[in-house]
Amino acid sequence: MDLKLTEGELRFRNELRAWLESNLPSDWPAWREKSLDDSYSYLRAWQLKLYDARWAAVCWPAEYGGRGATLMEQAIFWEELARAGAPPMANSLGLGLIGPTIVAFGTPAQKLRYLPKILSAEEIWCQGFSEPDAGSDLAGLKTEARLDGPDYIVNGQKVWTSYAWLADWCELVVRTDPQAPKHKGLTVLLVNMKSPGIEVRRLRQMTGESEFSEIFFTNVRVPAENVLGQVNDGWNVAVSTLMHERGSYGARLYLLFKRSIDRLIELSHSARKNGQPASRDPLLRQKLAQCYAEVEIMRLNQLRAFSRISATGVPGPEGSLQKLFWSELNQRLQQIAQEILGPAGQLLAGDPRAIDHGIWSYGYLRSRGNTIEAGTSEIQRSIIGHYVLGLPRSY
Amino acid sequence: MDFGLSDSQQSLKDNARKFFSTHCPMTEVRRLADTDSAHDTALWAKMAEQGYTGICFSEEHDGAGLGLVELALILEEAGRALVPGPFFSTVALAGALLDATASDAQKKKYLAPICRGQARSTVALYESESAWNPAESRIAAENGRITGEKLFVPDTAAASTILVVARNSVFVVEAGAPGMSITPMLSMDLTRKVYAVTFANTPAEKLARPENIARGLDCATAALAAEMTGGMQRTLESAVQYAKTRKQFGKIIGSFQSVQNLCADMLLETESSRSAAYYAAWALQENAPDAAAAVSIAKLYASDACRTVGNRGIQIHGGMGFTWENDLHLYYRRAKACETTLGDASWHRERLARMAVDTVAVPPAGV
Repeated sequence: MDLKLTEGELRFRNELRAWLESNLPSDWPAWREKSLDDSYSYLRAWQLKLYDARWAAVCWPAEYGGRGATLMEQAIFWEELARAGAPPMANSLGLGLIGPTIVAFGTPAQKLRYLPKILSAEEIWCQGFSEPDAGSDLAGLKTEARLDGPDYIVNGQKVWTSYAWLADWCELVVRTDPQAPKHKGLTVLLVNMKSPGIEVRRLRQMTGESEFSEIFFTNVRVPAENVLGQVNDGWNVAVSTLMHERGSYGARLYLLFKRSIDRLIELSHSARKNGQPASRDPLLRQKLAQCYAEVEIMRLNQLRAFSRISATGVPGPEGSLQKLFWSELNQRLQQIAQEILGPAGQLLAGDPRAIDHGIWSYGYLRSRGNTIEAGTSEIQRSIIGHYVLGLPRSY
Repeated sequence: MDFGLSDSQQSLKDNARKFFSTHCPMTEVRRLADTDSAHDTALWAKMAEQGYTGICFSEEHDGAGLGLVELALILEEAGRALVPGPFFSTVALAGALLDATASDAQKKKYLAPICRGQARSTVALYESESAWNPAESRIAAENGRITGEKLFVPDTAAASTILVVARNSVFVVEAGAPGMSITPMLSMDLTRKVYAVTFANTPAEKLARPENIARGLDCATAALAAEMTGGMQRTLESAVQYAKTRKQFGKIIGSFQSVQNLCADMLLETESSRSAAYYAAWALQENAPDAAAAVSIAKLYASDACRTVGNRGIQIHGGMGFTWENDLHLYYRRAKACETTLGDASWHRERLARMAVDTVAVPPAGV
């Protein structure tokens, strides 16, 4: 065990830090308040800038435009971006989840065709997994694909698809063998979202925004060469994407949480509670310290998981532990923020008295979704029970 | 950056697990719990032979010359095995305090015999008024003589020396010194006995560097958090094992989501405690700037987690979990004692707030 940076890691960090110092846009804080629809072109331009300097997907192999960075370098990468207050990247699902899945399962031709444009944000990706009747029970999905000459014909419906309304491509899980047991009859297709027969309807979520969409597929033709991995082996391909989602996404989220708790501590000195600064209130001090500790433990759990994955080579079901921890932690953090800020914490962006342009009211509402998206806390606990602890399957 | 155990650390830990399961199985734990001191000289000699009693101290003082992470690993396995007696008190508490505050000559006199397995020691810290804060101790020594009372001093009956944390320094008192008396306190943890210790004009030797008391206690606290993690690990294993075999309604109870959810939460809390304890030990070893904060984070988290893990573990065992015959209550008792020892969760949250909240500059714009 040695948590000091190695020489290589130090070099990596210094190079990134120097690059950020001269390339970080200064106008991001002003853009941050705008809706995703408005700021998307801005985020795209930022990702392109990172891409040009080979910083867009550091963990990808060098031959596909990454830097072959180790998991630890990846953790350093996100820590540095947070430290610098950098904007997020436009194609986050493509970079973090779908790209690595294509690296793992794609043919040479697929890698050549798709990966560079994921990196440059020229093509934005979404993930067509959940369906109205297949959420936690993902393998029960019904969207079907039937081979017809050189093409698959896709019919069905997806839901809760993040960013589908601006995506160019979709990693779509479909049923190709209705006779097989439910995990055995699935295939992953790479689907052009501009294909005829695709209709995207945006869903308005409780925050008022529309991150998610429904997608309807009516006789959509997808060339058979767009199968990712093997036909009827889609469950393994999809699980690989989910492992990335549960395993490494936490490393990025840590930065958001760290920024939130640090900012909240600042605010606690000026917010008043019971006639004194909230930071002097004994109960709130306890809650702030607890939250500060848990954000640090989130970082430590992530680093330990990275070390384990580095040693074994694959992200395992332990990723569910990270997902469970961060999603519930964020809800606690946002609640403590509300207690410290009082009714002003409820003010929305646009109100002149809103704190930090309404990020705390938004954060409170948005965190409510954390224990549902990317696998509910209930399914994460079931995965931990069955796959990590070896208990019989409960579902 | 590598947060995994090195090969040698892993084998040290594996060997400790084998050692404790061979030489200190639960039958032995229960036998020792019924004795006055819970100390066994034969077991102690074997632990010294393994190098455990001097694990993190320098070879110059007859230690094994390893670090605080290695100490944490041994304590974790000792906690998993619920090893009774003065191991934590002697090595992690008194040993670390000596290492931080004694002069070289004092280390040769007091620490080296601990490393060699010839001496046992403990730390008298808690007072009825000051709790765990050394700065608030009322007890003081004058002209090499100490007077006053300390409470909840662990393993005093087995100790050959007692380190007394006083208002103005830390002192060594030899067991059986004039004016000293010890009275057992009948407390919940049967495997680590605690005592009330009074001193009346008792001869005491001042340790050379009292300014390092906090460092010594931080090392002990990190080791304690590791010990607590070991107890959680064993409680989790026991609960999962039971959930895999017990049947109700014709089904293994571990197939019920309500039971699985309890197990998943136990794992999450155990692993989180482990991350925090390992990091605290490493940060202390490396004198990292956030070492003290890391210690409080480890202790506050483990203090709550060891209680909730125990609650869930017993709950999963149902009526069996509530029996004297089942071992879990022995862990549950130890967990409660550890929860408060060296500061409970709220004590460390306040300590952390002083480091992480009070040091932050007040932003200029009001809310």
